[in-house]
Amino acid sequence: KKELVLGVTREIYLLEHVIRTIRDPEKPNTLEELDVVSEECVEVQELGEDEYLIIIKFSPTVPHCSLATLIGLCLQVKLQRCLPFKHKLDIFISEGTHSTEEDINKQINDKERVAAAMENPNLRDIVEQCVTEPDD
Amino acid sequence: MNDTVALLQKFNAHPDSRCWYVAWNPKGTLLASCGGDRAIRIWGREGDSWECKTLLQDGHQRTVRKVAWSPCGNYLASASFDATTCIWKKKNDDFECLTVLEGHENEVKCVAWAPSGNLLATCSRDKSVWIWEVDEENENEYECVSVVNSHTQDVKHVVWHPTQELLASCSYDNNVCVYKEEDDDWECRATLEGHTSTVWGLTFDPSGQRLASCSDDCTVKIWKECQPEGGQEGTDVAWKCVCTLSGFHGRTVYDIAWCPLTGALATACGDDGVRVFKEDETADPDQPAFSLSAHVPKAHTQDVNCIAWHPKEAGLLVSCSDNGEIAVWNYQSGV
Repeated sequence: KKELVLGVTREIYLLEHVIRTIRDPEKPNTLEELDVVSEECVEVQELGEDEYLIIIKFSPTVPHCSLATLIGLCLQVKLQRCLPFKHKLDIFISEGTHSTEEDINKQINDKERVAAAMENPNLRDIVEQCVTEPDD
Repeated sequence: MNDTVALLQKFNAHPDSRCWYVAWNPKGTLLASCGGDRAIRIWGREGDSWECKTLLQDGHQRTVRKVAWSPCGNYLASASFDATTCIWKKKNDDFECLTVLEGHENEVKCVAWAPSGNLLATCSRDKSVWIWEVDEENENEYECVSVVNSHTQDVKHVVWHPTQELLASCSYDNNVCVYKEEDDDWECRATLEGHTSTVWGLTFDPSGQRLASCSDDCTVKIWKECQPEGGQEGTDVAWKCVCTLSGFHGRTVYDIAWCPLTGALATACGDDGVRVFKEDETADPDQPAFSLSAHVPKAHTQDVNCIAWHPKEAGLLVSCSDNGEIAVWNYQSGV
């Protein structure tokens, strides 16, 4: 059981490292530095053998509709690409920080909507800019 | 559960992309698949395996979300995120694009042919459902006869009744709508509320008396047409939820299919699983009960997006996944 805890902690550590490299679209610092996403916002549940459910809750620093959606989209894209283990992902805006939470959460967790959004060239360019590693 | 689902074949259909949908042709000799690679592939059976017969690569500029065969099997319609619906005509192993239906403001999420073969329905993120009529004399001519705006959000799927000219749609607004033609115009006659999140799929039972829906709320609901209360004249039809299957699916249920031959109900789930439900024979017809007959927990290594029963061979089932794979299964009921 100790191994399991160590294993999950390792995954959280990796995840935190990955999230740290996502830039908040309108500020030059990374999301993690801005306290939009920190360790307490990440929950990892074991779904089965080598598969995890990652639940992320984030609090946008700016209460602006389109920005929150964009951050959610960036998180979806970055994590799907970077997480080295099999996973399912749920992303939520933290309670009490946003007035249209439910609307945004529904959109960012609808994989069809996310896929279609990423086929929009303008949106895709913005997201790619945000999720690109600083050294790429 | 003493029934089984055995894997017959699994193959990669759409390299490095999602396989969004897969459909058997009416004879059951071909499979059409479509995906995030913007392509449509037609698969034919070669002995025990399935081979790619045709690749339609240039029909759409974005993801192809669904494909549908005409009842005669000579035409294929494809719905795309590029906001168009393409109609293809089969010429031996090749398909020729006959016409492109435009009009939706953004992504087309579904296309479906009416059993008569004369009507086509499409739906979109623009919240509308369009009904098109095929010109009997000119196979290139499709005319939009109605645009219905009953949903308040993205419409995910449309399905026709097996025998009547009746259409159902489901949406991101958590509802199901049922439409009928009245004075040459299609109208929403009933709104089925009950799901607590996006409804992704719909399927009629073989008789058309019941409709099953599946949702992001991880449940399946069975709806039955019933007499409207109060005996008002010329009332809309009324549909009631007569059964809810909850606690079976771990994540979003993306698709559901009712077998026209056996009455078994299959689901495609975001927890990577394929499930088959059987109706309990002893239950009251107005309060049907279903039990989980078979479950394949890791049918694919990623979300299962689509599930379809073979039109002729009882028990034959096809599924496809976010990992680009198609799997063909044999479901056998122990009873």
